[in-house]
Amino acid sequence: MTDLTQQQVRERIERRLASRHLKEKIFRGLGIASIAFGVLAVAILFADIIAKGSGAFVQSDIQLEITYDPAVLGIEQVDQESLTWANFTGVIREALRERFPDVSGRAEKRELYSLVSTGAPFALRDRLAADPELLGQTEKVWLTADDDVDTFVKSLSDSRNGFRGRTSDRMAGWIDQLLVAGELKKRFNSNFFTNGDSREPEQAGIRAALVGSLFTLLVTLMLSFPIGVAAAIYLEEYAPRNRWTDLIEVNINNLAAVPSIVFGLLGLAIFINFFEMPRSAPLVGGLVLTLMTLPTIIISSRASLKAVPPSIREAAMGMGASRMQVVFHHVLPLAMPGMLTGAIIGMAQALGETAPLLMIGMVAFIVDVPHGITDPATVLPVQIFLWADSPERAFVERTSAAIMVLLSVLIAMNASAVWLRKKLERRW
Amino acid sequence: MQTPTLFALLLLLVLVAYGTGFTRAVTAARGSGGLRNLASLPSYYGLYTALWCGLPALLLLAAWLVFDDGIIRAMVMNSLADKPAALSDQNLLWAQIQNVAAGNLFGEPEPQVAAAAAHLTELRSTTGMVQAGLTLVIAAGLGAFSLLRFSPQLRAREKVESVLRWVLVACACAAIFTTVGILLSVLFESLRFFHAVPITEFLFGLHWSPQMALRADQVGSSGAFGAVPLFTGTMMVSAIAMFVAVPVGLMSAIYLAEYASKRVRNFAKPVLEILAGVPTVVYGFFAALTVAPFVRDAAAAIGLQASSESALAAGLVMGVMIIPFVSSLSDDVINAVPQSLRDGALGLGSTHSETVRKVVIPAALPGIVGGVLLAVSRAIGETMIVVMAAGLAANLTANPLDSVTTVTVQIVTLLVGDQEFDSPKTLAAFALGLMLFLTTLVLNFIALHVVKKYREQYD
Repeated sequence: MTDLTQQQVRERIERRLASRHLKEKIFRGLGIASIAFGVLAVAILFADIIAKGSGAFVQSDIQLEITYDPAVLGIEQVDQESLTWANFTGVIREALRERFPDVSGRAEKRELYSLVSTGAPFALRDRLAADPELLGQTEKVWLTADDDVDTFVKSLSDSRNGFRGRTSDRMAGWIDQLLVAGELKKRFNSNFFTNGDSREPEQAGIRAALVGSLFTLLVTLMLSFPIGVAAAIYLEEYAPRNRWTDLIEVNINNLAAVPSIVFGLLGLAIFINFFEMPRSAPLVGGLVLTLMTLPTIIISSRASLKAVPPSIREAAMGMGASRMQVVFHHVLPLAMPGMLTGAIIGMAQALGETAPLLMIGMVAFIVDVPHGITDPATVLPVQIFLWADSPERAFVERTSAAIMVLLSVLIAMNASAVWLRKKLERRW
Repeated sequence: MQTPTLFALLLLLVLVAYGTGFTRAVTAARGSGGLRNLASLPSYYGLYTALWCGLPALLLLAAWLVFDDGIIRAMVMNSLADKPAALSDQNLLWAQIQNVAAGNLFGEPEPQVAAAAAHLTELRSTTGMVQAGLTLVIAAGLGAFSLLRFSPQLRAREKVESVLRWVLVACACAAIFTTVGILLSVLFESLRFFHAVPITEFLFGLHWSPQMALRADQVGSSGAFGAVPLFTGTMMVSAIAMFVAVPVGLMSAIYLAEYASKRVRNFAKPVLEILAGVPTVVYGFFAALTVAPFVRDAAAAIGLQASSESALAAGLVMGVMIIPFVSSLSDDVINAVPQSLRDGALGLGSTHSETVRKVVIPAALPGIVGGVLLAVSRAIGETMIVVMAAGLAANLTANPLDSVTTVTVQIVTLLVGDQEFDSPKTLAAFALGLMLFLTTLVLNFIALHVVKKYREQYD
């Protein structure tokens, strides 16, 4: 190195200064771009789901003048048995023919009949069961339209020539007539919240999946919270520092990062094949999710136990409390808010989990709402998975709507966790 | 008796036991002049009695529920005059007997089956009664026994606390049981699989087509179980994901920790966390219905042919999912770098970005590497995105626009639906599970070790 004068050094530094500042700007810009990318991903994800799914909350209904004609129904009086045999489909077909009297020919009639959902007869049956006086009377009833009609009507609002799919020109003509007469309207889709799964998109709902999720979460919460808190208390307040304790800690940290599908394999091999528990049951699902969420709950519970200052323990100990009394009477109540927050976050995790539940058979096609933790059931994320696989266009809409429901529940859970932490958190 | 009713009755007995123990202690104290003459507070005497009453009965009931079915099955099967030799036939017969006993008749059962079903029903009702009776008798008996042992000098608190302590220990050991359970469940089935398919073929074979033929002379009757295409597929999807997640996650963490104003931080951090809270099935749906068609169209626009189930779409979405994971872990380690290091670098005249690149990042590197390793293990184990957006065809390819399949996709496809537990096809899923578990275990172990080591450095 030759000796440089101060002047030369300064010149060198100044020459490089511009490029250094440029680099600084680029670096900063990259940071901003990364954040923007993340925020944009959230925005696109939510916008996409909402755009796809918001349509599912309304459903096209067709108003028909239904005559509960005993001759067509084939029944004389209304009772349990006659209702199951009554020909409600015939009544609906009669009403459709009356509405469009100029329809003739087999093919044309078949198209006409396909305007109304195959689930509509059951709606009529329920009406008649609720009010037996209706037999022989005529009334105007809104009936659920078929999903092809629904998809067509919904796409009409975007552009004049909407998505046709299986809708023929003739059907489009009838639909136009009905729309003009105000006898085809988009109304709130109550089926979506009151029905179980169905092969017919217009009849498919999330109720069974929601109840299944509820039972599964209940089992998970009842098991994972007490066990997790007890484990955290032992590790934080009692455990001597030895190899056994280290082994437990390594295990917990590891399990927190084991892929969830591996827990599904465990559930399949041990709970279902070895213990012969029922397949597809919320009980098994809850057990698997318990094992999966335990590490989360233990880790967060330990953190909140650690946050309780030692002075509390010393004060209680000084007053003559036993170790157990110190923990259960003083430390635990103070750590409870943090533990509850952790539990809610763990539950939110369990609610969104799909893969391990596929392994234990919760993918079955479940129409009935489960009544207990051993009934076959499915859960909301699995229902989403199943619908996403269905070919009908109307199911895309319903899948997105189910995702919206799932996301709102998750956001509500996380928001309540944040609120709880803010409300009850104590700083020492 | 139904199990829930039995549990309710047992709970009632336990409550009664608590009440009796409590009042017994209070009366004794009143007789001898105040609570101070008791060794423990009355509630501990209540708990003491309740534990004697409830715990042994509960343990018995649990053991009964676990072993009940096996024993009944053995008894019924032994009572059969001619029973089939093969295990699968025995299973079939057993299922038939159970169906007949449950009243699901399809035609007239064989007399032998009908007799066995009657025997089964009888056994079930007998064991049910014995179970209920024994549990309640033990509960009541031990409860009464503990009341007999009552004396004001009995150190009830210490006894109760030592029992509680063991309960705590047992709960803490749940993590170990889970690990052991996972290992046992995947290991046993995998060993059975490796009896049928040599382990070298599984690890190094280039052809994966797990179809087992129904007839021996069928085309492709011997399934091929070479898992290399799955491993490369998994690696490709994970690599694409990390290619997105690491730069974006790391740069966001740096920006949030070093540059952002408090307002930006308070807004951007929770928004990024939202990405972590979105269920994977939602990402899968997004990948399959929005990103995959987009990738296909974009590739077509520049003259490339992309599969509609391309590895790129699944990898991109998985990367977005992992961003918050990388960013929050890196954020932690960057914040843990002492301020004095930054001050020193700034004082020597380096710009802010030079400080970050040449001082902060090298200092935080071990922690960042640990975080990235954890993120990799997450990407490898991620299931729903690839199940919904990646394909089933096991292609051995390096083109991200082709469709590939991954280990997790194959586990799901092999295990969802009807299974037979003696076919290599089902067992292959467990072998794949074993590989998955071991890989992530090693990655996690290294990552946690590195992170821990690093944390100690500046504490």
